[in-house]
Amino acid sequence: MSSVSLGIPAVPPRGFGNISAVEPFPQAAHRELGNAQLRENLGHATHTIRDKRLRVVSELPDWQALRDAGSAIKTEAMSRLPELLTQFEEQFTARGGTVHWARDAAEANRIVEGLIRETGSDEVVKVKSMATQEIGLNEYLEERGIAAFETDLAELIVQLGHDKPSHILVPAIHKNRTEIRDIFLREMPDVDPALTDEPRRLAMAARAHLRRKFLSAKVAISGANFGIAEMGTLGVVESEGNGRMCLTLPETLITVMGIEKVLPRAQDLEVFMQLLPRSSTGERMNPYTSLWTGVTPGDGPQNVHVVLLDNGRTRALADRHGRSALHCIRCSACMNVCPVYERTGGHAYGSTYPGPIGAILSPLLTGVEAEENSSLPYASSLCGACFDACPVKINIPEILVHLRGEDVEAKHGRDAGPGGADRAGAKSSGRRRGLPTQMDVALGAASWALSSGDRLGLLEKGLPVARALAGRDGKISRLPGLGAGWTQSRDIPAPPSESFRSWWKKRQKDAPPADGDGSTRGPATGGATSDGATEGEAQ
Amino acid sequence: MKIALFATCIVDAMYPRVAQATVQILERLGHEVVFPAGQACCGQMHLNSGYFREALPVVENHVKTFEAGFDGGEYDVAVAPSGSCVASVKHQHAMVARWAVEKGERRADATLEARAAAVGDRTFELAQLLTDVLGVTDAAAQLGSYLPGTIAYHPSCHGMRLLRLGDRQLNLLRSVEGLDVVDLPEADQCCGFGGTFAVKNADVSSAMLADKVANICGTGAAACAGGDASCLMHIGGGLSREQRTTAGDAPVRTLHLAEVLASTREHPLTFDGGLALAGSPAGGAR
Repeated sequence: MSSVSLGIPAVPPRGFGNISAVEPFPQAAHRELGNAQLRENLGHATHTIRDKRLRVVSELPDWQALRDAGSAIKTEAMSRLPELLTQFEEQFTARGGTVHWARDAAEANRIVEGLIRETGSDEVVKVKSMATQEIGLNEYLEERGIAAFETDLAELIVQLGHDKPSHILVPAIHKNRTEIRDIFLREMPDVDPALTDEPRRLAMAARAHLRRKFLSAKVAISGANFGIAEMGTLGVVESEGNGRMCLTLPETLITVMGIEKVLPRAQDLEVFMQLLPRSSTGERMNPYTSLWTGVTPGDGPQNVHVVLLDNGRTRALADRHGRSALHCIRCSACMNVCPVYERTGGHAYGSTYPGPIGAILSPLLTGVEAEENSSLPYASSLCGACFDACPVKINIPEILVHLRGEDVEAKHGRDAGPGGADRAGAKSSGRRRGLPTQMDVALGAASWALSSGDRLGLLEKGLPVARALAGRDGKISRLPGLGAGWTQSRDIPAPPSESFRSWWKKRQKDAPPADGDGSTRGPATGGATSDGATEGEAQ
Repeated sequence: MKIALFATCIVDAMYPRVAQATVQILERLGHEVVFPAGQACCGQMHLNSGYFREALPVVENHVKTFEAGFDGGEYDVAVAPSGSCVASVKHQHAMVARWAVEKGERRADATLEARAAAVGDRTFELAQLLTDVLGVTDAAAQLGSYLPGTIAYHPSCHGMRLLRLGDRQLNLLRSVEGLDVVDLPEADQCCGFGGTFAVKNADVSSAMLADKVANICGTGAAACAGGDASCLMHIGGGLSREQRTTAGDAPVRTLHLAEVLASTREHPLTFDGGLALAGSPAGGAR
């Protein structure tokens, strides 16, 4: 990419808010892994949703075609983003709404606060929304004396528990019903003290608690799953009906929508309304889909606003290897199938966006050179389950690898050569952030050794020495440095006394070329060759 | 057919018998195996760790080594006994070549991307080659494969999801005489290796491995077979650390697909002088 600057910053501004890890992922994961209750809850919940999703996806013969269509529509929307946003603004405005543009989290929060102040109200009801979690709106309003009440059941649990969501769709996935009952008993002022942990009773308690808020609130705040450019229509997809309450009862409705949520046409919904419910809750159709277009006199909110939020999205869009992360429709299928998320839970990722999509989206919004998010792209074994599950075919593993490359680049500067060469040059350029790590040294040396058959062959001559060091039981159980990470739970077999390369060389020398029936030549495997039981044994 | 063997660095240095078994299988089918001496590694570890600059010479070496043989008519296809290494050759080599050009790397070579893609197109994973190119559908009948005992099979992520191997490896194993392949619960779940992930995120990796090991041992199989030596080293390392044994007190092992297919009545796969899966039929692993 060229770096010509015409007065416009080459890199769009980064995002802020709840999109950053607070500590390195391995450290956070270590703590979360120690929470047996969390592991059990998560394992149960993710497996249940996973199976449900598989069932409803497998019954659609055109699922792959739907994914292709979803991906194509999002690609089109991102490539026409400025035009579509302008069209959306025109249409939304023409139908009686007001459009606000927010560069980042702080600006969005200020705009929302101002709109609430204008109504004279000091409390708002909220529809579950990732965008407002991302900008930390609740905390912002609370500090300024405005109470924001979450009305989604799981968000309510999280809010009452003074906790943070750990999943984008099931924010209280880390809590079981006994824990939820305890939170209700402690935090709901008017709760029945005889409340049990029966799910129905818990839901009824929340319903009674929320109903009063719905009926009294003058202002509602929502996010949006879609914004339709050709009509200026906003849409929210939900399961509990709390959204419908918030979107219809209050006088004022303020929606915070990420700019990447815009779709060109109403017809595009036919694709996303099939992809989203099946991928997220494993349902054929979600219970409530609300679409609203501006103001209808005498019916519903009369004061309607939308805040279009950038907060690093333009920056992500500028990254051509990472921009497809913006296609995300927040279904959470990737986290439900992720073996890492399943074991650590969402809090380990720090950001509002956990799991595989969070591991790419958070660093894309802040820039991977933001130290706090630099460990996120490594929070994956690259198993690829997320890519297979993604309804809009975001190649998450490929973007993870791309971001790892960006991170290595950011840490070492452009001039760091192979094998750690030219480090001094990188230092003088002032872009290098630290001394070479163990990983740098190990992979630099490995690059030298593994880029030539002769060099690898030469090193392999040392195999007998390594074999001798392995000890009598034929295994290596303790390694220093980086290797200690491996040997904390895994042995390494004693190396063989001879590499394949060396064996092959001897075989070529000793034996005449094959005559077409090589089966009796060269006792390659089977009982005949092994010199010692541990020869190359994957044990 | 003349077939180039890409042994992969881990098999070359740590599991030579897997490459030996691959040679034996292919020669048994009447093919000529060539081992291009310049080969070393696919560079996957560097690429997946984000060290693209360090991966570049590794990838260059691989492409240069194998295209020379293709161009010179020394072999028609290349095969590797590893799904993830083949996936790297097929998908990542062209990517890093493109990266180098985009970044204006000193080593950048505008021709590398196309050359890497050409090598990738002619490189196959073992089960892929056997099934799709060489027409092997019955290992017992066509390869004389024989191994009495019970195994579980771990499909390995990159073979499954990047190469879309489907049931190719499993079908070959199922057609081995005497071999009982039992269902592995959660077989499609990653073992937790992931290259440097195993050390960078050692705790999560270990937690994933513990579940894989428990699932394998729960089947009662004497061994876990697979098509990727690196995953098998990881799983085997966990089985070894937990000292998992069969009812017959033999260690629960990991076996590569090639080793299983190479085993015959005349030369069955053995360990410690006994049949490889000797501990299997007696009962559950513990």
